[in-house]
Amino acid sequence: MFQPEAEWRAHLAEGRFMIQRSRSTGGHVFYPRVMEPGTGAEDLEWVSASGAASVHAVTIVRKKDPADSYSVVLVDLAEGPRLMSRVDGVPVDDIHIGMAVRASIIQEGDKPLLVFVPA
Amino acid sequence: MSMGNGFPRGRAAIVGASTYGIGQCPGLSAVDMAAKAALLALADAGIALSEVDALYTSAPYEALGGMELAEYLGLTPKVTDCNRTGGSAFEVYVQQAALALEAGLIDCALIAYGSNPASNPPPGVGMTRQSPWEAPYKPLAPLSSYALAASRHMHLYGTTREQLAEVAVAARQWAQLNPEAAVRDPLSIEDVLKARMVSDPLTVRDCCLFNDGATAVVMVRADRAKDCARAPVHVLGAAHAVTHREISSMPDLTVTGAAISGPQAFAQAGVKPADMDVAMLYDAFTITPILFLEDLGFCPKGEGGRFVSGGHVAPGGGLALNTNGGGLSCVHPGMYGLFLLVEATRQLRGECGERQVKNARLAVAHGNGGVLSSEATVVLGTAETV
Repeated sequence: MFQPEAEWRAHLAEGRFMIQRSRSTGGHVFYPRVMEPGTGAEDLEWVSASGAASVHAVTIVRKKDPADSYSVVLVDLAEGPRLMSRVDGVPVDDIHIGMAVRASIIQEGDKPLLVFVPA
Repeated sequence: MSMGNGFPRGRAAIVGASTYGIGQCPGLSAVDMAAKAALLALADAGIALSEVDALYTSAPYEALGGMELAEYLGLTPKVTDCNRTGGSAFEVYVQQAALALEAGLIDCALIAYGSNPASNPPPGVGMTRQSPWEAPYKPLAPLSSYALAASRHMHLYGTTREQLAEVAVAARQWAQLNPEAAVRDPLSIEDVLKARMVSDPLTVRDCCLFNDGATAVVMVRADRAKDCARAPVHVLGAAHAVTHREISSMPDLTVTGAAISGPQAFAQAGVKPADMDVAMLYDAFTITPILFLEDLGFCPKGEGGRFVSGGHVAPGGGLALNTNGGGLSCVHPGMYGLFLLVEATRQLRGECGERQVKNARLAVAHGNGGVLSSEATVVLGTAETV
């Protein structure tokens, strides 16, 4: 039985950032699902994401202690899909739209988390 | 009836409209408030509760709110709806009620809403799930999603924080003319810019209120409307578009579904944005009316920030926008969309006192739900516009 979210998380837990691709249309899909949105294609297979991406939009959630402020970004993957994430490894005020970033899998709490760092 | 554009132009009308408990409404439940607003709107129309045969509501804390309100009011409606398109639900209800009235399925529609998060804070768990794809990054919901759209608009079109602030200041100036508005103290551009930043580029003053309020409208067919207590406000067009649920799936962060619903509703109505005497555009955050002004066709894409500058949407400006003070300064109890329709109705009836737009004949009410996810546009007009 195909389990889109569970399989994606299992890959992530093993250090792999996977996305889906339709064999018939060639379109990449994220978040994982049972069909390609728009076409309805069900012939989705897992492929490794290149990890290359650029910042499409950015906001900084401001906290009382500036050190606790954090970014929330939308990134465009080189393969096409857009997703929400965070940019680590750079002061939040240096994050800007168009910035080249790459995927990184970190442990946050007891769970793996997909974030991005400057490319 | 004009055929082919999906709407029976002018054949249904709003004949009753009310607000209740704006600001602080302690001691009542949400459904108590909706019922109070419902009775006020029915009295406004001169229609008995027993005549209502269609009920539309979006309860704030009860997924099965349509049934809850039917039970509470003691009605057995032929149509009951409690849709989940957020703040746009009420514009959708106007569309659906007009179609059901035209078909003869129903004779009298009541749309009602009440919510008092300020004095009766909701339980921690809402009716919407946490997105597995967004929640791990801790965006403020829904604020950060709108902030992301604003960041994109600023990047592409040079929209400035001062232009965002213009929206908040104009709303406040309208609120100062509305005795019912909850927040009426002076507000300057500088105040907005210096306010606490919450999620860049939006400060606490770029965000709508989260206060109490209830509201209702009553709709009947145009033939019946002529005999009601107040001048009917006809529904000339109503259209809806949903583009996504979460902001990461919004097709284009600077183009909302209003670019679909707006042109369709105006075409149904046979009028243009420039014909509008009043524009009630959902202002959850200062960026939202800017996007809707563009998408509905009041100005070209990217020009919304410049359009609102220099007090153009404040009292005395070129466009009467959000004349009740909006979600930013009048009322926003969670789902604000029905208040837009009530203020438009009051303007078209000429009931707005100091903030009245002279000879208002046409108005647009545009509701927004989710995170720019659901967009619904209703064009309203006086009897002479039908």
